[in-house]
Amino acid sequence: MEIRSVKYRLGKSYGFQALVYILAFACVIPLLAILFYIIKAGVTKINWHFLVNVPKPVGETGGGIANALLGSILIIIVAAIIAIPIGIMAGIYLAENRKGRLAYWCRLSTDILQGVPSIVIGIVAYFWLVKPLGGFSGFSGSVALAIMMLPIVVRSTEETLKLLPDSLKEAALALGMPFHRVIFKVIVPVGFSGILSGVMLSIARITGETAPLLFTAFGNPYLSYKMTKPMQSLPLLIFNYATSPYNDWHDLAWGASLILLVWVLFLNIFTKIITRKWKVQL
Amino acid sequence: MDASVEKDMITRSEPLRVINSSPGAISKAKARTKRSWRQIRTESVFKRTLTIMGLVMIILVLGILLTLIVQSLPSIKSLGIKYLWSKVWDPVQDIYGAWPFLLGTLLSSFLALIISIPFSVSIAIFLGEYHPKGWLPNFLKNAVELIAAIPSVIFGFWGLAVLVPMVRILEIHLGVEPIGVGIFSSSLILSIMIIPYAASLGRSMITMVPSHLKEAAYGLGATRWEVIRSVVLPYTRSGLFAGILLSLGRALGETMAVTMVIGNTSLIPKNIFAPGNTMASVIANEFTEADKPVYVSALIELGLVLFLVTVVINIIGKKIIDRFTND
Amino acid sequence: MKFNSFKFKSVLVAGTFFAMLSLVSCGGGGGSTSGSDSTSNSGDDNTLIGAGSSFDNPLFSKQFSEYNKANGQKVNYQSVGSGAGISQLTNKTVDFGASDAPMNGKQDSALSAPAIHIPVTAGAVVLSYNLPEVKDTLQLSPEVLADIFLGKITKWNDAKIAAVNKNVKLPATTIVIAHRSDGSGTSNIFTTYLSKVSDEWSTKVGKGSSVNWPVGLGGKGNEGVAGLVKQTPGAIGYIELAYAIQNSMPYAKVQNKAGNFITPSIASVTAAANIQIPADTKVSLTNTEAADGYPISGFSWIIIYKEQKYNGRSLDRATKLLKLISWMIHDGQQFSSALNYAPLSPAAVSAGDAILKSATYDGKPILQ
Repeated sequence: MEIRSVKYRLGKSYGFQALVYILAFACVIPLLAILFYIIKAGVTKINWHFLVNVPKPVGETGGGIANALLGSILIIIVAAIIAIPIGIMAGIYLAENRKGRLAYWCRLSTDILQGVPSIVIGIVAYFWLVKPLGGFSGFSGSVALAIMMLPIVVRSTEETLKLLPDSLKEAALALGMPFHRVIFKVIVPVGFSGILSGVMLSIARITGETAPLLFTAFGNPYLSYKMTKPMQSLPLLIFNYATSPYNDWHDLAWGASLILLVWVLFLNIFTKIITRKWKVQL
Repeated sequence: MDASVEKDMITRSEPLRVINSSPGAISKAKARTKRSWRQIRTESVFKRTLTIMGLVMIILVLGILLTLIVQSLPSIKSLGIKYLWSKVWDPVQDIYGAWPFLLGTLLSSFLALIISIPFSVSIAIFLGEYHPKGWLPNFLKNAVELIAAIPSVIFGFWGLAVLVPMVRILEIHLGVEPIGVGIFSSSLILSIMIIPYAASLGRSMITMVPSHLKEAAYGLGATRWEVIRSVVLPYTRSGLFAGILLSLGRALGETMAVTMVIGNTSLIPKNIFAPGNTMASVIANEFTEADKPVYVSALIELGLVLFLVTVVINIIGKKIIDRFTND
Repeated sequence: MKFNSFKFKSVLVAGTFFAMLSLVSCGGGGGSTSGSDSTSNSGDDNTLIGAGSSFDNPLFSKQFSEYNKANGQKVNYQSVGSGAGISQLTNKTVDFGASDAPMNGKQDSALSAPAIHIPVTAGAVVLSYNLPEVKDTLQLSPEVLADIFLGKITKWNDAKIAAVNKNVKLPATTIVIAHRSDGSGTSNIFTTYLSKVSDEWSTKVGKGSSVNWPVGLGGKGNEGVAGLVKQTPGAIGYIELAYAIQNSMPYAKVQNKAGNFITPSIASVTAAANIQIPADTKVSLTNTEAADGYPISGFSWIIIYKEQKYNGRSLDRATKLLKLISWMIHDGQQFSSALNYAPLSPAAVSAGDAILKSATYDGKPILQ
């Protein structure tokens, strides 16, 4: 009786383990399916010509996505320039002030910001920047994306710094090191991998955002590097061309989708490698 | 605030002065005090900058809230509170009721949650309990994080091309109208998209279970399943719940992927296979062609409602996590 | 660790630089907010900016590319939707708007100055269906069409459909209706047509870019509707003519006011537009009087301010804009047919010319 019961219990245990294994790995299937689908549709469209040319009008074959690539890169760089310093400093603030009313509200705001749907941020950015300035611009798109980046950077900075032992900071302060030097020379370098991975993930997230750019960066069929003027970006291009009736434009959209996907995957994997490397060294 | 910061700095620099108060080194000490004063000033400026950056976050959220409220004022004024439960959305006749979209949002999000829970909890248990280390769990962890990284518009395309025909076959077998697109399809897509959020939080919660608890249970002769059921899951219950809440928050606000597969009708959905619309998808669908001020502001009010709902859900989720991690 | 901290220093320096830059740019932004008169339009940048109808986008992209080759004038057009195009013009963030529906009274009153409409192309909305059993082209009468979209006819072998398709063997499939979910000019043309031919539609549903559809599924964009129709047996949906031709989808003949069943084509759309056009060109081509005209078609307009001197715009910029539009309705029309757009009828071109000449700069006409 008892032996059977143990067997039964063990069987149940293994049964559950098997179930967990199956369910856990079932999630990989849709991921692979999506990757396969996009790669299949996009890989034949990409070549050098595709990367360095601007889209051609309908009826002319060829054409590329250089304007969207350049626009995406510029918009993201400026968004990062705005969001990273603010985000890291706000994160340091939160990590240094764990209690306190202002910190509480700040933390709450960060969480709220993380949950705001991207289309809402797009609408808000339109009313903040585009309408008062009287025109669409790559810069207003950057601001919208920076708002989306901020919470991720803040939280990852805070979480990373919180994990560091207090003794580290106390030791540095005891040596007479000024506070800002303690932060920048001791705390932040030690937590660098965590902060960097947060930054990378936030960049990966905003790269694929369409909704906030629709009414801010606006799009541009020509190669443009002026942040004060309308600018094209990859998700906008995909959004516009994928819904068009022409096969030439569909090809551009699929190729752009693949590039977007590769870029996002690259950022993720790069972050993983960096995180691992820094962890080993520290 | 500033005064207290400065005071704090002064008390910290006091030992410096004490050390240098030997009579022979007064001038040196003076110079050093000067320098330390300068340092103190830099420090207070630095601390203030940090505080300001923290304030920026609050100002941003308040600004967004304020902008949404101001922009939706025309519709709030003309439609009132009954906007929320009016059942008809008819832009032609200027009748705006958010109920079909509220219902569509809640239905699709909760269904997605129910579908995703077994998977996300399994991933959390697999990574947190069975295999915290090794190449296979690493692969799974990265794969799950990649799901979170794929742009939602790509999910939408894939859903329309691959998932919807599969759902249609299922619908034929079940004997419901074989439309394919609808709340069920959008829930499927959503459930895939939100798995990473609950899974990663659940995993970190499970790894936080003190090992002495588990060891004690093993010592009493418990099997693995019994340990998970009676130690790990009860211990992490509130944390898992918070993770699920946060993924609910994501599901509510998801726009592009849902828009592509939900069927987009303003009618109240009759069952889970019926087409519907969510708040986010209505905004995405109609904002660009909204041609009347009231119409535009009714859509922005929808954004405001969505904003408030996600805020409440996020706050509850974070409260639970905070309580969990503080205990 | 030492190596790391060295690396870190450079990162820090870069970070500080970024921070300063962002502060500077924020300051710049704040500064120009106060002087909102200096809009992007008045800048020395030569690119003309337009926004609106997504229906026009393929044609415009071709026309603007050719215009740039011929005259070195760049035009940035973005298909954000007709409604959004009009509101961008209202907010003066663009040089011109493009819309598939003329501005209505409420939109007009939102403008700070009167605007003029210039027809630039015409398009048709076709009814595409998914009936694998049916090899012949379906014929639809206005009554049947309205009843289908009102949800009163639910089966393909309904007696009313059979009555206008005498020689076609119709299956007993349930009709699944697909419509646009996003607000669009295509919906506007289609619902305007239904409102004209059916009183019930006009009172129950009405016309507009987004209406409260009594039945059916919504798909986002032409792509979405086409996807629904292609995938669902028994489906019928309305899409742009160009889209149906490009994707070789079957589409129905529709009975026009004169009683003829017309196959939608570039010729039948141009024919529909060859009617008496009022001076303001704000006319709907739906349910056209023309005997060989396809009844579900409509103009697409470019909308500009009548008085071009606003927000400190230069005469040069205004002239460039008007020259561009003038080129579009004359030389630009040669690119229409290849992209399955209907070229403007002679009546429409002359009406457009007249209205373009009424545009002024500081009270004086711009084009002679």
